[in-house]
Amino acid sequence: MSQFATSPETGRGVFVSNLRNIGTNTSLLIGLGLVSLVVISAVLADFITPHDPNFANPIIRYLPPLSEGYILGTDELGRDILSRLIYGARIALFVAIIPTVISLLIGGILGLIAGYVGSFIDTFVMRYFDIMFAFPGILLALGISAAIGPGLNSMIIAMVVVTIPEFGRIIRGVVLGVREELYVEAARVLGYSHARIILFHILPNVVAPALIYGTLQTGRNVILAASLSFLGLGIQPPTPDWGQMLSGGRTSMVMAPHVATIPGLAIVFLAVGFNLLGDGIRDLLDPRSRQSAK
Amino acid sequence: MIPFILRRLIQIIPVIIGVTLATFLLTWLIPGDPTNVLLGPDASEEARERLRRSLGLDRSMAAQYLIYMSNLLSGDLGQSLSFSRPVADVLVSRMANTALLAFAAIVLASVAGVAAGTWAALRPGSLHDRGLTIVVLFLNSMPSFWLGLVLILIFGLQLRLLPVSGMAPSGAGLLSLAAHMILPTITLAAWSLASIARMTRAAVLEVINNDFIRTARSRGLSEWRIVLFHVLPNAIPAVLTVIGMQMGFLFSGAVLTETVFSWPGVGLAMFQAIAIRDIPLIQGGILMLALIFVLINLIVDVLYVYFNPKIKLN
Repeated sequence: MSQFATSPETGRGVFVSNLRNIGTNTSLLIGLGLVSLVVISAVLADFITPHDPNFANPIIRYLPPLSEGYILGTDELGRDILSRLIYGARIALFVAIIPTVISLLIGGILGLIAGYVGSFIDTFVMRYFDIMFAFPGILLALGISAAIGPGLNSMIIAMVVVTIPEFGRIIRGVVLGVREELYVEAARVLGYSHARIILFHILPNVVAPALIYGTLQTGRNVILAASLSFLGLGIQPPTPDWGQMLSGGRTSMVMAPHVATIPGLAIVFLAVGFNLLGDGIRDLLDPRSRQSAK
Repeated sequence: MIPFILRRLIQIIPVIIGVTLATFLLTWLIPGDPTNVLLGPDASEEARERLRRSLGLDRSMAAQYLIYMSNLLSGDLGQSLSFSRPVADVLVSRMANTALLAFAAIVLASVAGVAAGTWAALRPGSLHDRGLTIVVLFLNSMPSFWLGLVLILIFGLQLRLLPVSGMAPSGAGLLSLAAHMILPTITLAAWSLASIARMTRAAVLEVINNDFIRTARSRGLSEWRIVLFHVLPNAIPAVLTVIGMQMGFLFSGAVLTETVFSWPGVGLAMFQAIAIRDIPLIQGGILMLALIFVLINLIVDVLYVYFNPKIKLN
């Protein structure tokens, strides 16, 4: 983590020089492609869906894929799976990105304060993180969602709470490393305010790791959100949601396996996309990790 | 070594207190009257009043936490709504099944992960190596419950090779138990296998360029011998940390896997509890699995130092 901090290369110079390598950065390109495809589907959902995602037609339940007018078939209520998948992309992106952003902000601020101020505040924040790390993420998220009651809000709260420590620890590590750098010391000697030092001397170092780990966490959030939905703790029917579509199709695995398997493919597609994108951004911003980190 | 273990034991006390505090606070997240959820909507007013008094709901938060802790220490985790039994009974009776699955999965993930990671690291950049990278990416991007469903579909419903649900009926013999375990074990192990393979690959790559490996090669030792006695022992500490972490995750990942395969463990009980908001059971399950996680991490720390004498104990 502190590899970013001590790197004399981080900063605009290396960023621009690495832009030339984008063409050969296959992870970045493929990841960007996969994620963009989902984003475009989500944005254009109103225009490109062939059917109303919530329109149930009991006559055509469990149509297999490649049926006429229903390329991916229909589900247990006779709803068009492709249309639900496309609308589901909105929820999938929302519950993957929003918790990441909120958690990155809160965790980032906690990590920044802990790393910059140090002393008992650092100890306090780190003890709190230690306790949070004692819980496997899915478990605590499950508990929080179940206690508040299932739904979109409780799911987001749960996901934010369990991902804060990870970001906090990463950012704190970066700040701890930078704090002792000569240029920060120089800024302090020059009598700059703490706000100025943090904003202009420390924060720029945080950008790269925040971007990298944020993207990777977004990929993990795709799966965490789907898991909560699968357990019945996430988005409630009839809103089209991939995890919930998957669990709805479990009962018809014998007769119509496509109902459960297709939404799973969509989840894998998006998660692979964010994971590749994260790896690609890492290669772009921190080229030295290319050999070691993989 | 002993002082180190003692010191680590003392260090986990605040963590354990924090863990119990967090599970205790879950009750506070319940909107409205918690007795509504804890006893179900049909409970009588007397029963509610009794529960309020026994949990100290009319008293301060600190007092409530003390009550919670003293109940906990006497093994009282509350009453499960969905099972109409004490939570502790439900969890204890199912723990063995979850542990069985988790141990099988960690053995599979460790053996296959270390083997695949080493194999790839010995041929960096080869087709095998890149293949492993892609497999790892997919296994790490795949919800375990979906993998479980796909395995059920292929091996259970299409090929009809393996049972897809539940545990072997009692008295059915070890063979039947093993058959029932195959698919859940693979499902549960997949994610950890990928993480262990990736870590092993990185660790082996780090060791393999050392002088002592070159010396071993120049002495004409067989590749097998070099890997088994020179490379792996030096790569093990890093791999061990990941295995330990995965072990903890496996116990909690069991919630999803057990749900897919109706495996009668702690995880399945927690899934059934979700449907009727059986908070005491969920709380107890989380506490138990989190404590196991903490304990395993402690053991891994100790093993790490044991295998890695270079680490200074202070």
